Amino acid sequence: MSDQTTANAVSVKNIYKNYGETEALRDLSLDFPKGQLTSLLGPSGCGKTTLLKIIAGLLPATQGEVFVNGSLVTKPGPDRAFVFQDFALMPWASVLRNVAFGLELRGVNKNEREDIAAKYIKDVGLVGFENSFPHELSGGMRQRVGLARALSVDSPVLLMDEPFSAVDEQTRRKFQEDLLNLVKNENKTFIFVTHSIEEAVYVSDQIAILLPRPSRVSEIIKPKGFRNKDVDSIRKDSEYLDTVESIWKSLRTYVE
Amino acid sequence: MLTRSFFLKILSGALIFGAWEYAGRTGVNYALPTFLESMKALFDMTMSGLIFEAYADTLRPLAVGVFISSFIGIGIGVWVGLSEKFDWLVSPIFIIMQAAPLAALIPLLIMAYGIGLTSKVFVVCIMAMPVIVLNTSVAVKNTPSSVKEMARSFLGTEKDVILKIIIPAASPVIFAGLRLGVSAGFIGAILAELKITPTGVGDIISYSRMTADYPSMYAAIFSIILLAVLFLNLLEKIENFFFKGNNQGYIS
Repeated sequence: MSDQTTANAVSVKNIYKNYGETEALRDLSLDFPKGQLTSLLGPSGCGKTTLLKIIAGLLPATQGEVFVNGSLVTKPGPDRAFVFQDFALMPWASVLRNVAFGLELRGVNKNEREDIAAKYIKDVGLVGFENSFPHELSGGMRQRVGLARALSVDSPVLLMDEPFSAVDEQTRRKFQEDLLNLVKNENKTFIFVTHSIEEAVYVSDQIAILLPRPSRVSEIIKPKGFRNKDVDSIRKDSEYLDTVESIWKSLRTYVE
Repeated sequence: MLTRSFFLKILSGALIFGAWEYAGRTGVNYALPTFLESMKALFDMTMSGLIFEAYADTLRPLAVGVFISSFIGIGIGVWVGLSEKFDWLVSPIFIIMQAAPLAALIPLLIMAYGIGLTSKVFVVCIMAMPVIVLNTSVAVKNTPSSVKEMARSFLGTEKDVILKIIIPAASPVIFAGLRLGVSAGFIGAILAELKITPTGVGDIISYSRMTADYPSMYAAIFSIILLAVLFLNLLEKIENFFFKGNNQGYIS
């Protein structure tokens, strides 16, 4: 057990999740190594977001256990921060208040939390927009607000639910590159849900492929060779392209 | 520096008053005075102090009724939105208040509460509260679930979710309900004076009608409409002060 706690930031064991009659997850077990980015990849409706929300403590599992840094968790906690697919910003609040919201709920005083928020607003490249409102921002900017909010609570585990699927393709590519740098520079564990094979192979240290309902892990892929290449060369690397193709071949049978 | 919205308000006022003046002059109806005649009557009433005495009477049930309808109405609306049991218990009362014709309820009110301030406050509340409660409860029930989930994920307590997410998220619709409800409350205040006992501005209206002093009648009606419009503008300013992000401009 102690071996796992040092190597794995998050561990899920024998998770079952039923929605009434529908079995969404069946006997799913998976480990997420510390300091790395693990993707949950699979077609629509395969339970990846359900699993992520169970890890976040937003949904209860019907059966099974989730361990974060060795401790059993059943509710949201300060050790995990969530980035939402539809940004989940408060339209009535400024960017500064939105980013500082996680700290506000933790009771941090106003000056302190605004300073921390300002730093992360700068890190995600939104300087000058602190007093803007969400409706004045583009989709990509809104997601950066969501990301800054998740980073500013300084949790060791970052859960990202298809964070780039609601933005345009160019912004998405930029975000993927930025994410690689983020993983390198921040000492956090990332769990990343996506349905894009290219995206998963591009950003991940480890890819867990989930099959459609009832979901369980079919394969774990650890891309190696191109991980240390610079962001521009990865997409041309032959191992990258081969990995993408082989994943598509195995997933294809489930979509047809 | 004239803002666009202020300029439009002045322009629309000018168009309507111009049309009124024209209609009065071309003799659409013998009982329709021109705009200028009505303004002169209003001026006379102001100078003689009559209008202020009248408002001293009308404002009492109006202010009390609007105050109760707004604060208690929003409170009940939030509770109805949050609790299914409370909704089941309380909603029928407001549906009846909304649907029943006021003229039918007034005799019941008079029998129960007499012809004084209490009955008039009740009339204002009957007109104002249902729409405020309904709008508030619907807005609360329809809070987007992803923002609520976000608050829970960042360790928000139930109280945090209600105060920091549900109520601000509901505020645009709550304020819309307030605008509708308070306007109805103004109507209720005048109706109470026309139907229960004549006091204040309602008295000016019915007395001038009986003595065929139509300019004064229209002057009194104009003054109450003007007061309602000013109050609605005040509500808009209040909303902008508390919830600046609500003003998202127009879609096009």
